[in-house]
Amino acid sequence: MSTSTVDVHPDPHGPGDEHGHDGHGHDDSHHQHHFTTMEQQFDTSKIGMWLFLATEVLLFGGLFVGFGLMQARFPGEFKEAHEHLQRPLGALNTVVLLISSWTMVMGVLSARTNQRKKLVIFLLLTILCACIFLGVKYFEYSHKYEEGLLPGHYYKHVGDKIHDASGHPSPGYATFFSFYFMMTGLHGIHILVGIILLAWIAVRGNRGEFNSSYYTPVDLVGLYWHLVDLIWIYLFPLYYLIT
Amino acid sequence: MAQALTHSDPHLGDRPRPAKNYLNATTGVWSWMSTVDHKRIGVMYLVAVTSAFFVGGMFALLVRLTLLTPSHKLFGKVLIDADTYNRVFTLHGAIMVFLFIIPSVPGSLANFVLPLMLGAKDVAFPRLNLASFYLWCGGATLAVASMIFGAVDTGWTFYTPYSTTTQNAVGLMTMAVFTLGFSSIFTGLNFIATTHKLRAPGMGWFDMPLFVWGTYATAIIQVLATPVLGITMVLLALERTFNIGIFDPKIGGDPVLFQHFFWFYSHPAVYIMIVPGMAIISEIIPTFSRKTIFGYKAIAYSSVALALLGFLVWGHHMFVAGQSELATVVFSALTFLVAIPSGVKLFNWLATMYKGNISLETPMLYGISFILLFAIGGLTGIFLGALSTDVHLTDTYFVVAHFHYVMMGGTVIAFIGGVHYWWPKITGRMYNEKWGRIACALVFIGFNMTFLTQFFLGSKGMPRRYYNYLDQYQPLHAFSTFGSWVLGMGLFITAAYLLASLRKPMDAPDNPWGGTTMEWLTSSPPIEHNFEEQPVLEHEPYDYRPKVKKHA
Amino acid sequence: MSEHTHNPKAEAAVYAKTLVTLLILTAITVGASYINFGAFNVVVALTIATIKATLVALFFMHLLHDKPVNGLIASAGFLFLGLFLMFTLLDFDSRENLQPRNLPTVIAPPPAAAPATTPAPAPEHH
Repeated sequence: MSTSTVDVHPDPHGPGDEHGHDGHGHDDSHHQHHFTTMEQQFDTSKIGMWLFLATEVLLFGGLFVGFGLMQARFPGEFKEAHEHLQRPLGALNTVVLLISSWTMVMGVLSARTNQRKKLVIFLLLTILCACIFLGVKYFEYSHKYEEGLLPGHYYKHVGDKIHDASGHPSPGYATFFSFYFMMTGLHGIHILVGIILLAWIAVRGNRGEFNSSYYTPVDLVGLYWHLVDLIWIYLFPLYYLIT
Repeated sequence: MAQALTHSDPHLGDRPRPAKNYLNATTGVWSWMSTVDHKRIGVMYLVAVTSAFFVGGMFALLVRLTLLTPSHKLFGKVLIDADTYNRVFTLHGAIMVFLFIIPSVPGSLANFVLPLMLGAKDVAFPRLNLASFYLWCGGATLAVASMIFGAVDTGWTFYTPYSTTTQNAVGLMTMAVFTLGFSSIFTGLNFIATTHKLRAPGMGWFDMPLFVWGTYATAIIQVLATPVLGITMVLLALERTFNIGIFDPKIGGDPVLFQHFFWFYSHPAVYIMIVPGMAIISEIIPTFSRKTIFGYKAIAYSSVALALLGFLVWGHHMFVAGQSELATVVFSALTFLVAIPSGVKLFNWLATMYKGNISLETPMLYGISFILLFAIGGLTGIFLGALSTDVHLTDTYFVVAHFHYVMMGGTVIAFIGGVHYWWPKITGRMYNEKWGRIACALVFIGFNMTFLTQFFLGSKGMPRRYYNYLDQYQPLHAFSTFGSWVLGMGLFITAAYLLASLRKPMDAPDNPWGGTTMEWLTSSPPIEHNFEEQPVLEHEPYDYRPKVKKHA
Repeated sequence: MSEHTHNPKAEAAVYAKTLVTLLILTAITVGASYINFGAFNVVVALTIATIKATLVALFFMHLLHDKPVNGLIASAGFLFLGLFLMFTLLDFDSRENLQPRNLPTVIAPPPAAAPATTPAPAPEHH
């Protein structure tokens, strides 16, 4: 009954439900039986991916809303706390992710124009950028740990200026770092998942599975990757730049 | 006993029954566990949500039994203590909302019927469909785990600061809800893509059945609202483990912020619950009135309007929670606005029935029950949306009665009606019509006994979720409890005759009700690929005009 | 497929130009963060971020030449997030007292010598 087909809707929460593939690269093997044409299948996959991205916008968006409201509550504390963040590292990470978005879209273009080697190279470059990003984040996190700038009740930094009437440091600092770790942490998890997806696409691309008639998985992983970049485009100014 | 069918010969025009249908095409447990057939997934969901309904219902009966007397005694012994009572009503709510009602119509009936109505072979992403089902199973497992490890007594709304500080199994329950949320998101995603891209040739947006419109509107809400529930659960869990400081006033957080986060999802969620129910009614009413639906476009647009406007009113759950007065007034005004699309639908269904050729089979009895019960539920929502009355009625049994009228008198009634309507298509058998009518009467009477009483309880001041109550409320509480037994009996009988029908041979006609939508073009039950050949749409929706013969 | 692959070189050029623009905008936003615009800091930073996001969406994510439904979906995500933020802010900004109530505040309490003229405290919202 159902031919073994390739999963055209990668589950971004893991390469999860892959059920086998044929590996010959002919597009009729990727044609799922309930679609009339490959074009219909491709368009549907795109709609599905954009819907998933909309859910991610709302998922992260909730954290942005929480951050915004807490910022309104603790303007002084947040301003002081954000000075502990290293602006050059944040800017470097922004540049790295923007470049990775470029390598990603060039990868999609290579798949679409039957350039197998270029596809793999661009995907590997994207992975490299992602790893650099995570490496920088590791340095940042280590620095925070050393300074005691930790989330919630683990916060133990000394030297904060704003105190309440009984002399304790205001809770606003810990709140800032709670949000910092939550949002960059969730973003980092998405980068990790992205690396796994990119590696999977790179392996398949290297085997010659993608060509001008069938490159849907590359396109969809690309969309996911751009979303990860998009989230950082907003994270960076809010945490590192706004005073 | 002869079935009261709407055709002189319901088997007229049937092709010979295919030997293989979706149920017996492949055999073995693994073929079901690994299926990507939307019909099988729909059946598995049906079994799953019905089981959840049963468990949630048992908890409900226990709540009502405990409240039979102020002393909570049965045969001289206290039935359950106050802490246990808090867990019981929390679990009743959480199971009913997250494990039953939200996944019920989309997961079971819509999954089965939507592709058939569109003339499609399956949903857009069949594997994702199966993943949704397994996520439901995972969420159910986590919920059961939380019950075993101490259970939750916060109420299904998990309000802070209690939920962030209590030692109970809130963590497990939040994980359950998070998982179930993604099950819902993926179902909605699937249905939107399916509706956009997999319609039959000739089927434009305004040729689709209204059930599809309703499912589509629901899917929009599922995709846009549920992620916020997800992040709310994450924030709740992190507040509990790390004291991140977002909801705890001692460290500068705001407990009302939790309510904003929670209700931003949970208000649109009630439209996830009701819109599919309305969508079923929009199918049943024209079929059993043998008349074109009145105001097709109005009903279609009102489904989408409900979905969108439903995002703008969540603050009406927080009128007395500490929200600012300005926000309160704005949300109240918007709440009045969101009532309009529901009113449009009610009017249109009645107008459809007017001068129609009505036949009162069980699905239609449920359809008419829906119209009456939802009208009461919706109207009482308006009383709650008005600020001055809400101050008195909020957190009383009035609210409990209101939402049971819309959720149970609305969605559950519609769901049962839909199960009866599509039962022959899903199982290939007809259920026993006589018992169907008896059970419907018991359900209707039992439901009203249980919940109409609660409007009075609430307006007289009985608070919700309370274990103890003053003696003066006892007669009303007792009457409500008796009602719950009648209701339970009706539901039990329904389950019994539906299951009993499965022992009969498969003899249901392709189109027992004379419906005009595409699912009735295929056999009952359908073959694995739904249609022998791709059906093409040839007429307007709900076209019940007599067919005029062409002259040679 | 629905994408245009008639001229890959032109496409690659568009992508390169987009990247350069994004990098320039990044430099601008970092530079602007060293200038104090007061309350406008947020507006400047978020405006530049939104321009960058739009460029990524239109060019890298191909929304400019794609079927309109995808752009509609993307916009819906941001629109509804905006509604959430807007209405929640409506509540927060119109509350009478933003200071946490049961936390000793930073502001010094009013001098004790004026009880007769102190206005009644704001009514407690439950």
